[in-house]
Amino acid sequence: MDVLLLSRLQFALTIMFHYLFPPLTIGLGAVLVGCMSLWWATDEARYEAMARFWTRIFAVNFAMGVATGIVMEFEFGTNWAAYSRYVGDVFGSALAAEGIFAFFLESGFLGILVFGWDRVSRPVHWFASLMVFLGSVFSSVWIVIANSWMHTPAGYHIVEGPSGPRAEITDFWAMVFNPSSMERLWHVWSGSFILGGAFVCSIAAWYVLRDRHQWFAERSFKAGLVVLTLGSWSALLSGHQAGETVAEYQPAKLAAFEGHFHTEAAPLWLFGVPDTEAQEVRYGIAVPGGLSLLVHMDPNHPMEGLAETPKEDWPNVDLVFQTYHGMLTIGMFFLAITTLALGLWATGRLFRYRLVLWTFVGAVLPAYAGNQLGWISVEVGRQPWIVHGMLRTDEALSEMVTAEMVAGSILMFGTVYSLLFVVWWWVLNGKIQHGPDEPVERLPSEAREGLLTVAARGRMADGEG
Amino acid sequence: MDWATLWFVLLGVLLAGYAILDGFDLGVGMLHLLVAKTDHERRLVLNSIGPLWDGNEVWLVTFGGALFAAFPEAYATTFSGFYLPFMLLLNMLIFRAAAIEFRSKVQSDTWRWLWDIAFSVASGGTTLLMGVAVGNLVWGVELEDGIMVGSTLDLLHPYALAVGTLAVSLFAMHGSIYLYLKTEGELQERLVPWMWRTFGVFNGLYVLVTMATLVLRPDVTRHLQTYPAAWLLVAANIGAVMNIPRSIFKGNAGQAFASSTFVVACLVFLLGAALYPNLVPALGDGESLTIFLAASSESTLKLMALIAGLGMPMVVSYTAIVYWTFRGKVKLGENAY
Repeated sequence: MDVLLLSRLQFALTIMFHYLFPPLTIGLGAVLVGCMSLWWATDEARYEAMARFWTRIFAVNFAMGVATGIVMEFEFGTNWAAYSRYVGDVFGSALAAEGIFAFFLESGFLGILVFGWDRVSRPVHWFASLMVFLGSVFSSVWIVIANSWMHTPAGYHIVEGPSGPRAEITDFWAMVFNPSSMERLWHVWSGSFILGGAFVCSIAAWYVLRDRHQWFAERSFKAGLVVLTLGSWSALLSGHQAGETVAEYQPAKLAAFEGHFHTEAAPLWLFGVPDTEAQEVRYGIAVPGGLSLLVHMDPNHPMEGLAETPKEDWPNVDLVFQTYHGMLTIGMFFLAITTLALGLWATGRLFRYRLVLWTFVGAVLPAYAGNQLGWISVEVGRQPWIVHGMLRTDEALSEMVTAEMVAGSILMFGTVYSLLFVVWWWVLNGKIQHGPDEPVERLPSEAREGLLTVAARGRMADGEG
Repeated sequence: MDWATLWFVLLGVLLAGYAILDGFDLGVGMLHLLVAKTDHERRLVLNSIGPLWDGNEVWLVTFGGALFAAFPEAYATTFSGFYLPFMLLLNMLIFRAAAIEFRSKVQSDTWRWLWDIAFSVASGGTTLLMGVAVGNLVWGVELEDGIMVGSTLDLLHPYALAVGTLAVSLFAMHGSIYLYLKTEGELQERLVPWMWRTFGVFNGLYVLVTMATLVLRPDVTRHLQTYPAAWLLVAANIGAVMNIPRSIFKGNAGQAFASSTFVVACLVFLLGAALYPNLVPALGDGESLTIFLAASSESTLKLMALIAGLGMPMVVSYTAIVYWTFRGKVKLGENAY
């Protein structure tokens, strides 16, 4: 295999594994701030137990996000040196801003959130949870800005740099608010809320089914359901917005998403198999004029087909089409099950049907898959460009890095990540099986007497983390 | 001062911040198996850095991001040039994070023993690799048109390995003093000989590496000739090194820690003085990659300076809040590692 394909595989492996964690911690962070607020407002020990449980779950996932995130920051330089030289002025700035504004905030206050129970007052602790959540949100802001710039570059010019042409910032705010950044950010947050909500619902529904931690499980399920519902509708709206921008700025990508080969009124394929030779979609069902209607409010409006783009500038249509449709299907699935659950809730039957609860237990998997599939379709859809219309992916590699070196690194990451995945799964499962602690009512004066509380629970030298 | 030089200094500040803060927690990791005998003691060692290590590592991440933004040519050249060592480094950092997070989460001796080993090896290995990278920067690398062309094995020459070992001994010493400050009783007493040992090794290597550098790379003192006042920094550094054993002897570990902190910072700034204006010096007749060749546009450097000016005071304030919150001797709370 050539170094280009290997480097892309390496990036795909490391970013996909990394992206199991950040959207979860953003979504879960929102739930956590909610728990901390309720605890502070009501002073109920049951809410404290709830906040503590979700903090423990959060911490495990956060640590995984940190451990796998450093790789991403280094990988641009190790594997994509030519890209780094070309865009460092623009892209590097967004990354540095992420470090300064986001990472310090979240990692600093994470220490207080996780270890501060007996050391800081409740308002400070609440503040720490808010800062950790905000830090993860800021992080998503900067990284999505940097990534969106690769899709719809703006606020730059190309000049002769020390080692050839390169992009330099001319207008910082135009770079930040490039045409796709805000709606893609909105869409990323939607995906994070779907994952965070589905994750909480999954665990809570399982406790309900097992008759465990009744009060905790029902509250958590409802909180998760609210976040999941918001995320699902928001994903629909933001996805629609993002689609319109793609239609305007990256028509070839939209055409690949939708399997639209010829410039004419575009149908909306529900599913199918694109045939790039015959330039048509086979074995599918489509809403005639559906895509034209969505983008232009007119079912007969012609839309640019993939045939307008030279074939060497096509992305991998099969992969982009299928991953995109997979994401859409998952989005529809979440709209359906949240609507159903809200209906049951309104009529007081939320926890009555085991089948519904089991569906929610399993729904965390499509939530992970939806986030991953969306990213695959959008990033593979950008190909063969690394920066749309500016720099091709095959021109972006490191000059001196060979296929053997990249293959070696894939082997190393593959091994380490597999191991890490198993460990993460095992530890997380242990925490879920253990469940939240029984709430301990304590006197107001005790609230800050950390050691007393710990001693009272008799868990001082216990191994439980 | 021009903007490229300002960013060279700011990168030095980020690197010094990283070396001081992650330096002690890497050192703690190296000593983990050597000083802590029981499970309870090992948990104390882990939790002495528990709430802090993650924030400390962010200094490295931000250093990487700032290097990318301010000097993309140097970022691209060094990161792709040190490919295999950096891949190894990344995997060690992953293992280290995982070890800290997962070690105490399962009640099994084998499980904990394996993670203890991972924690120690990854801490030492991370430090060694970073030290070797620094050694190569002082020594110079094979550059052609701003691209590193040597093989990975070329990077493992004796000088680079000596600098790597120096880094290991420095962080181990820094960490042993930190751990002494955070612990009590028997565990604390066990740290006293380790402070002496690590200081002894560090001191020996420091003299050796300094002499080797002056003999083999006499060029490093060129700025000190131009600015004789800079010799004061060298003198202060030597004074601080000497003050470490004095403070340990007097039982004033706080002062010893302040001194080792100063030494770490001084060494980073001396590294900067030795390199400037090069970021990646070339061996032989090759053209070195200077900050001027490697820099982003001036407007971006200004913009980044604004971002740093806004962000760094906030960073310093929450770093201070977190360190203040977790001051004093380490205790195992309910959520401890």
